[in-house]
Amino acid sequence: MGTASTNPNVNYLTEFSGIKSWLFSLDHKRIGLMYMIAILFFFLVGGIMAMLIRLELFSPGPTLFSADTYNQVLTYHGAIMVFMVIVPGIPAILGNFFLPLQIGAADVAFPRLNLASWYVFMFGAILAFTTLFTTKIDTGWTFYTPYSIKTGTAVITIVLAAFIMGMSSILTGLNFIVTTHKLRAPGMSMFDMPLFVWSLYSTAIIQVIATPVLGITLLLLVAERVLGIGIFDPKLGGDPVLFQHFFWFYSHPAVYIMILPAMGIISELISAFSRKTIFGYKAIAFSSLGIAAVSFIVWGHHMFVSGQSEIAGVIFSFITMLVGVPTAIKMFNWLATLYKGSVSFESPMLYALGFLFLFAIGGVTGIMLATLGVDVHFHDTYFVVAHFHYVMVGGTLMAIMGGFYYWFPKMFGKMYNEGLARLTFVLIFIGFNVTFFPQFILGAMGMPRRYFDYIPAYESLNKISTIGSWMIAAGFFLALYVIIRGIISGPKAPANPWGAKTLEWQTSSPPPHFNFDKKPTVTGGPYDY
Amino acid sequence: MTTNHSATAHHHSHHFDSAQHEYESDKEGIWLFMVTEILMFGGLFVAYAIFHQIYPEMFAEGAKQLSWKMGFFNTLVLIASSLTMALGIYYNQINKSNKAFWNLIATLVLAGIFLVVKYFEYASKFETGFLPGKFLNPETVGATSQNLGMYFGLYFCMTGLHGLHVVIGMILISWLAYRTKRGDFNANYYTPVEGVGIFWHIVDLIWIFLFPLLYLVG
Amino acid sequence: MFWLNLVQAQSFMPTPATDIAQRVDNLYSFLLISSLIACIILIGGMIYFVVKYKRKSENDKTPRITHNNFLEFLWSFIPLVLFLIMFAWGWSVYHDMRKMPENALEIHIFGKQWAWEAQYKSGAATSNLVMVPIDTDVKLIMTSKDVLHSFYVPSFRIKQDTVPGRYSTLWFNSNKLGEFHIFCTEYCGTQHSGMIGTLKVVTQQEFDAWLEEESKVSTLPLAERGAKIFQVKACASCHSVADANVKVGPALWNQWGQQRNTSSGDIALNEEYTRESILNPNARVVKGYNPNIMPSFQGQLSEVELTALIEYIKGLK
Repeated sequence: MGTASTNPNVNYLTEFSGIKSWLFSLDHKRIGLMYMIAILFFFLVGGIMAMLIRLELFSPGPTLFSADTYNQVLTYHGAIMVFMVIVPGIPAILGNFFLPLQIGAADVAFPRLNLASWYVFMFGAILAFTTLFTTKIDTGWTFYTPYSIKTGTAVITIVLAAFIMGMSSILTGLNFIVTTHKLRAPGMSMFDMPLFVWSLYSTAIIQVIATPVLGITLLLLVAERVLGIGIFDPKLGGDPVLFQHFFWFYSHPAVYIMILPAMGIISELISAFSRKTIFGYKAIAFSSLGIAAVSFIVWGHHMFVSGQSEIAGVIFSFITMLVGVPTAIKMFNWLATLYKGSVSFESPMLYALGFLFLFAIGGVTGIMLATLGVDVHFHDTYFVVAHFHYVMVGGTLMAIMGGFYYWFPKMFGKMYNEGLARLTFVLIFIGFNVTFFPQFILGAMGMPRRYFDYIPAYESLNKISTIGSWMIAAGFFLALYVIIRGIISGPKAPANPWGAKTLEWQTSSPPPHFNFDKKPTVTGGPYDY
Repeated sequence: MTTNHSATAHHHSHHFDSAQHEYESDKEGIWLFMVTEILMFGGLFVAYAIFHQIYPEMFAEGAKQLSWKMGFFNTLVLIASSLTMALGIYYNQINKSNKAFWNLIATLVLAGIFLVVKYFEYASKFETGFLPGKFLNPETVGATSQNLGMYFGLYFCMTGLHGLHVVIGMILISWLAYRTKRGDFNANYYTPVEGVGIFWHIVDLIWIFLFPLLYLVG
Repeated sequence: MFWLNLVQAQSFMPTPATDIAQRVDNLYSFLLISSLIACIILIGGMIYFVVKYKRKSENDKTPRITHNNFLEFLWSFIPLVLFLIMFAWGWSVYHDMRKMPENALEIHIFGKQWAWEAQYKSGAATSNLVMVPIDTDVKLIMTSKDVLHSFYVPSFRIKQDTVPGRYSTLWFNSNKLGEFHIFCTEYCGTQHSGMIGTLKVVTQQEFDAWLEEESKVSTLPLAERGAKIFQVKACASCHSVADANVKVGPALWNQWGQQRNTSSGDIALNEEYTRESILNPNARVVKGYNPNIMPSFQGQLSEVELTALIEYIKGLK
């Protein structure tokens, strides 16, 4: 059994050095950081694509590039942000790093599998990126048939890349489930786990169950293109709408793969910065599981106007409404946690409050889209674009930023500049609303999504939206500066700068190689303030 | 199983409390992986069910072209290989490495027979022009259903993906046979044998569904 | 109803032009108001709490409140009831959108890359223009010639995908005269955003006169008939005819008899090559243009129509 050094200057970052000590590391913390570097890079690429999209839409008519180039840029923006940033983001970076720490374990259950997942993910990502230099892809990230069968672009490569990254996602999920079941510290029952662990656990269940179906769907799409087996191609007697059913059977639960871990982070932040025990622990934990379960039977709400039967639409609309309930429960529980708390406003908390603000708007617009008669008007317009950016960016990305600032002292043993960190929040939060709120209005006016060009009536709102995107970009570049400066020259961080109660704050900052010098024994709950 | 794992008998990874703890975790991981395998094939079965519903005659015509005798023979071969695999695990658990080794070799041979039979089936389909999807020309093979290519598309996808799993299983079993010969496994440590065993049984199980659906129901 | 009207005036939706659209707007106003109240409770509550319970000192003690069954029941039950109301209301609107009227004026719609084609029973055919009479039930029977498209009229609040190999339907009854946009809302490739048609609502008399005029195409002189077909088949969305500007495909203005540098040798734009390019577009593609973009019109044009098109192109100067 490995013994961690008691010398406080030796930690997981300094114990070994050299590039090989990273590339072959089985340490979940180092693997988390390797994911971080990769995903930050993908986020940068996807973000630049987003800026280009907004820049093209600044004025009607072709301005920056041709329609074909625009369609490619929007496809890469969607595919990169979904498959390489938001889906893996929180579980692979923060989950890898903090799941074992929060349950008092020395590592995840299968460290070698964990490293293998990283390599599989990187292989898929690099495969996807090679298409940027050969034939590109222009199908949109949803790969709808029959367009994806007919278009002369690199569909097969991208689809295989998504399949490979899906395998990585499955392996990570499997690893997390076993870790949660088997490696909790002595004395920690399932209901003593921090809520971030609960949310990762629910996410992992979705990853394991839904992702294989995406895998086979993508393989069938490849078979369709190569062999012409005809199951999605109407010319050969197939059904293009079947592809949508298969695709959304994965991709709707995937939406919850993206948002559940974010909700977990928010539970941690709200409790820690209110110095108050979380309100309704069990309700939050079970609502994560509830959302995970219901997420498998709502996929048809992406297809209200695709030609599925009226009764199918009615059932899917009804079940979708039911997802609203556990989500509302979480929102109210966070609110009740603030009540009579001792609230402070460090940057992680600002991001958490920003999350509540944006997620409230994202949530109510989601209910509007679940309402059948109204969705027919909004379907595939900018209203949908605005809605999912409020949930995915306003929700998940705000939570990533908040979680990242919150755990930064633990990860690197340094503090960042708090003033500048707050400024990043102000820029991103305001910029985000300026960018995406006008898109709700554009959608109400009827502007369809994936539009290279638009009628003059939509011009002024598109201009506002583009200007907002510059503020977001400024905010993220500033955040990058804050992080790099913090890592290089930040002051030393104490073991528990926020006075939080979960286990990761009981070990030193940064933690030793095997996390805890002495295996912790749990006697109280995670939020006993 | 009956063996009693002791923490000292076998080395275990640092983050587990004991070898028993590691064994249970590994086993849970393997079962979860099997869930994903079944769900992946599940997608294909759903596609089969939907199109069988829409084009029952076409599926019947396709199934007639397959030799149910060869399929049935292969089913028996795989069931036998499941038995030898189970014996391979059992003998490792009671410290009879030599018997375990020969049972694993028998499993490999049976898997090889399965693939050889499969090869002859595929070859005859290729010769007579029953190719997947757009490569099947209904006129040259005298098919009445214009989209018979879909049946053979599904046939080759389903059996092909299954065949790939058989090949992966054979590689894993060879590795097990090598390690058994080297004496790595004993009553206290046989996790890899059992894990691959579970995988092999699932691969057999999938075939037991594929055979009637493709060869008999049609 | 005062509140509903007030919200509608501020909702930015295009002016509703059917009864269904009005009903959608009523429901949308209800959703907007309840969303606004929800956001005021959530966001307002959050702001109130964080200001009121701001940290006063490092030694603040917070009470230990773990749960409250009554409150938790309330904030599960009240949203549930609200959601069920929204669901039922939404269903009733949707049901009437999907219930096709009997004895409606039926028009066939074809989505294709990248135009909307309409075919009337009288034989009249149009491209990117759907002409309908006011206060009449109109039923669209739609399909696609290539990939998925989606027929969307914002002012009517209706939308339906067109799927190749299948028919989908849509109906409306406009109570306003005027021209309305038809957008394609299912991504369909290069010119997706250019696939904009006009839905023109006119009086019954105007409609009858228009329909009769359009149905007489076959008696027109050959070149004029060619011009009509050129427009109906939406050739102009890729080939310019009034100037030398290049769109998706080569311009046709002033090109007759000119040499073309193609993938398999030079050839003059003559009757033979024009015919081949229409029926088998990938045989000889002009260099610098992508193959596989132009669809084949094999089987869609009669010999007379082909000749009419050639006569029309010949005369483009």
